[in-house]
Amino acid sequence: MLGALALVAFFVFLGGLVFKVSSWFRCSLRREREGFKRFVLGFSSLGKALFSPKIGIILKVLILNGILQRRTLKESPYRWLMHVLIYWAFVLLIITHALGKLLFEGYVSTALPYVFLRDLFGSMVLVGLGMAIWRRIRKTPPLRTSRMDLYALIAVLIIVFSGFLLKGAKIISYKNYLRMIDQYASLGSEEESKALEAYWVKRMGLVSLREVEESLVAKGEEIHQFQCAPCHTNSRWAFVSYGLSRALVPLASGFERVNFTEKLWWVHIAICLIALAILPFTKFLHLISVPLSLVINALWDPKRSHPLNLKTKQMIELDACVHCGSCTLKCAVLGAERVLGNIRILPSEKIEPLKRLVSKRGLSQRELEGILQGVYLCTNCLRCTVSCPSGINLQELWFEAREALFERGLSEPALLSPFSFYRGLRAEELGEGYERPILEIKGKLYRRFGLKDSVLRIPEERGFELYERSLMGCFACQTCTNVCPVVSQYERPEEVLGFLPHQIMRLCLLGFKEAVYGSEMLLSCLTCYKCQEACPQGVTVTDILMGLKMEALKAVKEERDEIRFVSGV
Amino acid sequence: MRYALFLGCNIPARLPEYETSAKFLLKELGVDFTEIEGFGCCGYPFKVIDLTTSLVLSAKNLALAERENRDILSLCQCCYGTLKKAKKMIDEDPSLRNRIKEFLKAEGLNYEGKVEVKHLLHVLYKDLDLERIREKVSNPLSHIKVATHYGCHALRPSSIVELDDPSNPRVLEELITLTGAQSLLVNRRLECCGAPLLGTNDEVALNFTREKITDALKHEADHLCVACPYCKLQLENFQERLFGKRVLSTILITDLINMALGLQKAL
Repeated sequence: MLGALALVAFFVFLGGLVFKVSSWFRCSLRREREGFKRFVLGFSSLGKALFSPKIGIILKVLILNGILQRRTLKESPYRWLMHVLIYWAFVLLIITHALGKLLFEGYVSTALPYVFLRDLFGSMVLVGLGMAIWRRIRKTPPLRTSRMDLYALIAVLIIVFSGFLLKGAKIISYKNYLRMIDQYASLGSEEESKALEAYWVKRMGLVSLREVEESLVAKGEEIHQFQCAPCHTNSRWAFVSYGLSRALVPLASGFERVNFTEKLWWVHIAICLIALAILPFTKFLHLISVPLSLVINALWDPKRSHPLNLKTKQMIELDACVHCGSCTLKCAVLGAERVLGNIRILPSEKIEPLKRLVSKRGLSQRELEGILQGVYLCTNCLRCTVSCPSGINLQELWFEAREALFERGLSEPALLSPFSFYRGLRAEELGEGYERPILEIKGKLYRRFGLKDSVLRIPEERGFELYERSLMGCFACQTCTNVCPVVSQYERPEEVLGFLPHQIMRLCLLGFKEAVYGSEMLLSCLTCYKCQEACPQGVTVTDILMGLKMEALKAVKEERDEIRFVSGV
Repeated sequence: MRYALFLGCNIPARLPEYETSAKFLLKELGVDFTEIEGFGCCGYPFKVIDLTTSLVLSAKNLALAERENRDILSLCQCCYGTLKKAKKMIDEDPSLRNRIKEFLKAEGLNYEGKVEVKHLLHVLYKDLDLERIREKVSNPLSHIKVATHYGCHALRPSSIVELDDPSNPRVLEELITLTGAQSLLVNRRLECCGAPLLGTNDEVALNFTREKITDALKHEADHLCVACPYCKLQLENFQERLFGKRVLSTILITDLINMALGLQKAL
């Protein structure tokens, strides 16, 4: 029965795994998927690497970063200890306990060393879990706990705790004792049976329904040595379960009435098998995806690796994220998410929506814009990538995600900020798709604020708190425009740039701020501060231009919000 | 004087050689500097996205340096200009300061305005004794001609950055002369490199880059000396696209001095 159930669970797991692995080829951030080609290419690349000197790198990475968790140790010794306690001990539990019967000849769960190892490893897992829960309760500021994080913690906790409880209940269970006597012991007389029982009650933690005599213990021990000891080491070796069983003594008769041990055994088994069956769809997939990500990234050569493999690599990487928060702790713009109210700015919070983006589930318009802003407000400092214990090239993931979202027709005002520097450095790789989103967001700005459509109306308030005072000194001498290196590039600058700096200052002073939002001058300002430096009246010209650009970009962003609100999406 | 070395985002990711050579030089000159865990974005790219965000990020870095009782030593001019401007704004406006401090409090930080912000050029030129550097020159670079590129935020707005005369600066030229190299006074030495518009208006950005390089070539410069990662990346990376090949070597001021000091192999 158990074997059949285990097989079913295993096949469900295998099926899920095949589905998940196929999704690494089927899905892509970008529109072009080319699943079959990627499948063939991916496996042939992997095969080639396995049968080449690169196998050395693969083994090194698997041992150092996989088994020994070197990358985690580098990030935090606390987290390293926490994780290896859970990881190593749980794997050892699977080997010495769950698969004991299959792997070890003469395996007996109640004899040494197994009876001790089980409790040792189980308690190591519990300590690790305690550290993990403590870390999440203490919330190193930006650490967020997702449903999957909770599931993983609770699943392991229940598996290990139900195991301890089961062993504890078995230690005290009289029914269990009688069944064993019935099956394995051959007791000649009633006295012998009383003696053995006395020994088990006094020394092995059994709770008997009848009184036992201390005087019989010695005799009982003799019988025990002969009949039981080969399979039953002193239950105190199961140090956690034995301690737990002492607390359970008062409940012994209640347990017997409801057949507690038998039921709990099924619960323990069922949870383990269910966890196995659904593993490919839970956080535990990282047992497979993280080593893969570590190996692929160690072998990856941005210049020579096939671009189609990049898509596959990134799908694996999305599944290799364990939401540990290393990247977020190192993120250069950490803090911006609080001011701007968008948690997708944090690297660790970008993965989940990106996973949904590539899957069939998709994202709402609001979520799409949130994640686009999230991936765009990134200084490309590489720290997330360097710190990721799973070896994910996060920065490259954001880069691809940006382009993928632009490909879907989204545009982002931050494109018109210095955040675009890195994208500009890589313009040639992007080819045709490079200009389009820039033109699109500029177009939006012009349509909304372009001179043609806008009516020069006097606004109700003039709001320019920060710089207004210096602006009051402007007498339109044109020095700012005359020294502007951008203006001097053109023969007829007003045709290209719209309002020129001195005109912008003037319009601002008169209150026609919105009218200048659509002026190309704002978008072409290098912020070289020549105008501000030259202004004889001390007007902070560059700062004002920058402030206006910020307002214009914000207005474009808000406009999208309004449209969304009206259409009710 | 004690400094906290501020690398910003570009240097570790795209210009690690600047970090290496700057650290090498600072150590040789006996400068007391350290790196601070937690330094992040200076706030520069947020200036046109959201001013508060930009100021909060600046203030975070200022507060971190202040906690360690160190002045910020920036290798990047955009970081330098941004941090210095933010400091001035926050220091001079009590209500703004309170608002920023609220954000800092959530991360266990505080800012009182005790920290100074300095660019590498400021440290080399003003805080250290130039004579002491000159004495260390063991390998004068007398055979090379170097054009200067100041970088905007080393000079402007002068009321904020206060490094040198914005219309007739001497810092770079003096440092170059110190290495024994010939410093060329090129026409466009005070112009922008174009980097701020890269990615948003490549036409204008690359026009500036092209003119800058053409100007240096016209003066027969062997190298174009820079002191900012943005300028270096901009002036180095687009030569192929603009001229068909690499036509001019851009060199970091730290590399140049290191060569003269015999710390680094000369070109």
